[in-house]
Amino acid sequence: MMSFGRLARSLLFLAVTAALLLPATAAAEVSADLKGLAERSNDAKAAAVERLAAGGEARAVAILQAFLDGRLFRTKEDDRFVIGARSGGGYVIADAVTGEALGEVGKRALRKVRINNRLRQLVKGKLGSLTLGSPDPAARIRAADAVFRSERAEMTPALQAALEREQDAKVAARLRRALAATQLARSDDKETRIAALRTLADFVDPEVRALAAAVAALGTDGTPAEPDSEIRAAAQETLDEIERGLAFNGFLANVFQGVSLGSVLLLAAIGLAITFGVMGVINMAHGEMVMLGAYTTFVVQEVFRAAAPGLFDLSLLVAVPAAFLVTAAVGVGIERGVIRFLYGRPLETLLATWGLSLILQQLVRSVFGPTNREVGNPSWMSGAWEVAGGLTLTYNRIWIIVFALAVFAVLVLVIRFSRYGLQMRAVTQNRAMASSMGIRTGWVDAMTFGLGSGIAGMAGVALSQIDNVSPNLGQGYIIDSFMVVVFGGVGNLWGTLVGALSLGLVNKFLEPYAGAVLGKILVLVAIILFIQKRPRGLFALRGRALEA
Amino acid sequence: MKSVKRGAIAAAALAAAVTGSQELRAADDVIKVGVLHSLSGTMAISETTLKDTVLMMVDDINRSGGLLGKKVEAVVVDPASDWPLFAEKARELLEKEKVAAVFGCWTSVSRKSVLPVFEELNGLLFYPVQYEGEESSRNVFYTGAAPNQQAIPAVEYLMSEDGGGAERFVLLGTDYVYPRTTNKILRAFLNAKGISDADIMENYTPFGHSDWQTIVAEVKAFASQGKKTAVVSTINGDANVPFYKELGNQGIAAEEIPVVAFSVGEEELAGLDTGPLVGHLAAWNYFMSVEAKANDAFIEQWHAFIGDSDRVTNDPMEATYIGFKMWAQAVKQAGSTDVDAVRQAMYGQTVPNLTGGTAVMNVNHHLSKPVLIGEIQDDGMIETVWSTEGEVPGDAWSDYIPESAKLTADWTYPWVCGNCEAPTYAMN
Repeated sequence: MMSFGRLARSLLFLAVTAALLLPATAAAEVSADLKGLAERSNDAKAAAVERLAAGGEARAVAILQAFLDGRLFRTKEDDRFVIGARSGGGYVIADAVTGEALGEVGKRALRKVRINNRLRQLVKGKLGSLTLGSPDPAARIRAADAVFRSERAEMTPALQAALEREQDAKVAARLRRALAATQLARSDDKETRIAALRTLADFVDPEVRALAAAVAALGTDGTPAEPDSEIRAAAQETLDEIERGLAFNGFLANVFQGVSLGSVLLLAAIGLAITFGVMGVINMAHGEMVMLGAYTTFVVQEVFRAAAPGLFDLSLLVAVPAAFLVTAAVGVGIERGVIRFLYGRPLETLLATWGLSLILQQLVRSVFGPTNREVGNPSWMSGAWEVAGGLTLTYNRIWIIVFALAVFAVLVLVIRFSRYGLQMRAVTQNRAMASSMGIRTGWVDAMTFGLGSGIAGMAGVALSQIDNVSPNLGQGYIIDSFMVVVFGGVGNLWGTLVGALSLGLVNKFLEPYAGAVLGKILVLVAIILFIQKRPRGLFALRGRALEA
Repeated sequence: MKSVKRGAIAAAALAAAVTGSQELRAADDVIKVGVLHSLSGTMAISETTLKDTVLMMVDDINRSGGLLGKKVEAVVVDPASDWPLFAEKARELLEKEKVAAVFGCWTSVSRKSVLPVFEELNGLLFYPVQYEGEESSRNVFYTGAAPNQQAIPAVEYLMSEDGGGAERFVLLGTDYVYPRTTNKILRAFLNAKGISDADIMENYTPFGHSDWQTIVAEVKAFASQGKKTAVVSTINGDANVPFYKELGNQGIAAEEIPVVAFSVGEEELAGLDTGPLVGHLAAWNYFMSVEAKANDAFIEQWHAFIGDSDRVTNDPMEATYIGFKMWAQAVKQAGSTDVDAVRQAMYGQTVPNLTGGTAVMNVNHHLSKPVLIGEIQDDGMIETVWSTEGEVPGDAWSDYIPESAKLTADWTYPWVCGNCEAPTYAMN
């Protein structure tokens, strides 16, 4: 939603423009057009949008913006058109024509003036043409993009004028793109159109590609869509150039997606690399630790929503340690309560932890309900960074990669340099010797299992941002986690890192060719064959640790 | 004196007979209905709500005096999202519990798994979920949408001016029978409308797929070929949340590439921030947002029953509601819970839809229902943007698949058949 400050500023600006350019239309006319917006037929609605935009009045912009955002209502009581701003359970409303404040009403007292995709596109285009001269560069970019998509011939002079005025290089590029697209679509002049195609070749962008492709393509009956062969040739050239750029960007995007999938696998597997890899416990409840971490995130966010909604963006920073502590505590409980009686009996451990996983799932289902829980994305994790056309890196994935690597680094440091890490390595390498040196091996076992579980819980915080928070969350990751640990080499953290990243990359490069289902099968088969050849995984531990 | 004595004896005998019959009635004073929905495992997320809906309906009917003067009792079992277990539990309900009817199943594979059991033991199953069609069993009443009541109108809308005039289609689905069959029908339909196979992309993913980066990027690339593109999603269950999150994050606006979903309702959107998804579409026969008296009353009843005013209602709940009401009416009309009598009484049974209009049970065991297409709003609701003028009769066998176009499902004389080319009892 637009902030009030910005809304007010743009309204003021528009009022000034409108006053300079156009005579004020009578409020009555605006009301008539408003009625048109509420018609049942979409054609009538579209006509009303055209009329409102043609009037060019400041009020019209506010109305169109509200219409676009779904904030334009009719009161059920006296059928008055109002613009609402959400507040609590209801809306603060103001008269749509006069702007007069009308107080706060409940949701049920209002009827929304409906909009659909076709109208949304139209309104965006209209608003774009009305806001090309906005002082805010971001608004100008939005306006230029809206005009680019609407391809309206009458915008050509306005675009040219805007382009001459423009100081900001980024905005200017968008304006050039919009102008070229409009000229290509609407101009009758051959030279202009070819020049427009040349300009468009600079923009490596799927949407521009679509424009060029439409000109170069053959129609359904086999005849070219564009009669002029020179224009067709220019379009083909543009198309080829854009495609080369897109192919390169597509490769980079694939690498990113592979690393991103790898980082998710790493997060899920890294806790297991400790409990399974280092301690040798087959922990089937590992996935449920991840799930508990995700639910902890949910609880933390609920607390934030209730107590400090303004600080919601920080909720994940609190959720990470909270999830670690909760799941670590559960992990220690499991180790002390069940697993320590079963050391050296892998089959029983497997069955017992599998049973535990079912119990934990049903417990969560009973407490939180079987349906998905909404875990919000903080603003710094929503949206994407558009590096170039065809290469958009989503922020949540970027942060998860950073987070996974950070967790890995901290873990490696703890095990390598801390006193506890030293004890842990001593116990796993030679339990009897460690014990006789005065290390409390039972305590180290519990702490190690707690550490592995806690890391799984932190993975849950990250996964809650990209996956469902439901009682089944963990099941989807348990197989993959084992796969990564076994592939990377049991007992070797670096192996887990390399294993996770290489599996992610292989998966993502196979997927476009083999499809998601077959891709997964191929990876699984490849791993089975690999394990036949190297039973100890990529990085096998050598020496005494093996016999332990 | 003698006559008085005899009278007294007769009266005593009569009284004894009456009490006796009362005792007898007390033994079968209840009508049992089975509830066969997963309460654990992957499908629990969707099916638990339907279990609660049936319990609410049972509670409701008991408050208003029961059925045929008897109390209705729900027997709830948990098939745990395990398809073979569905068949075992169905057998248990029919053989051991002797239920009069069963309300249950969600996925097509679970329905296919219980089908032989219901046919063997002559039970009654009310199936409340939209499905791929190509089936009409004597023992199943399908109260969800058939493809011609959901998929086909949705695609027609996308191709219309209001829907954006799409000329290229991406068919995304989860890899199992419902999406594959639906997409087969859609492909045949699109081909019939002059859209070539080059303009159709089909892609299947496993259940619970969570990494949608590649597929969303592929959709973007497919959409940039110069023709307006739309996505038809038969993605089921848990995989939808990460799919929509990825769509939102990669900034696919609904005006550019609209996504219409057949398995995403209010319940699935509940775990999601729908801000970036505004304008993407869903096709159903019911939306919670529809303003109608019956709907308001239903929502209020649901909130009171479940004790949480944040819970949403959805299409399969309405289908469960209609199925239960129809069954109760048919039992009243037949005066018995005997399966054959109830089945005969079902045909032509009507129940007012929650969204207006009337649902009618047809002789092919499918309902006539209105079709609604809605756009997702930022509050997680779906607002109707298009609806059929009247009710559309459900078509068991699709007209767009050559081998099924010939088939007729009609369980009344002279057809008495679920997939025939000619009536079973035709006069020669």
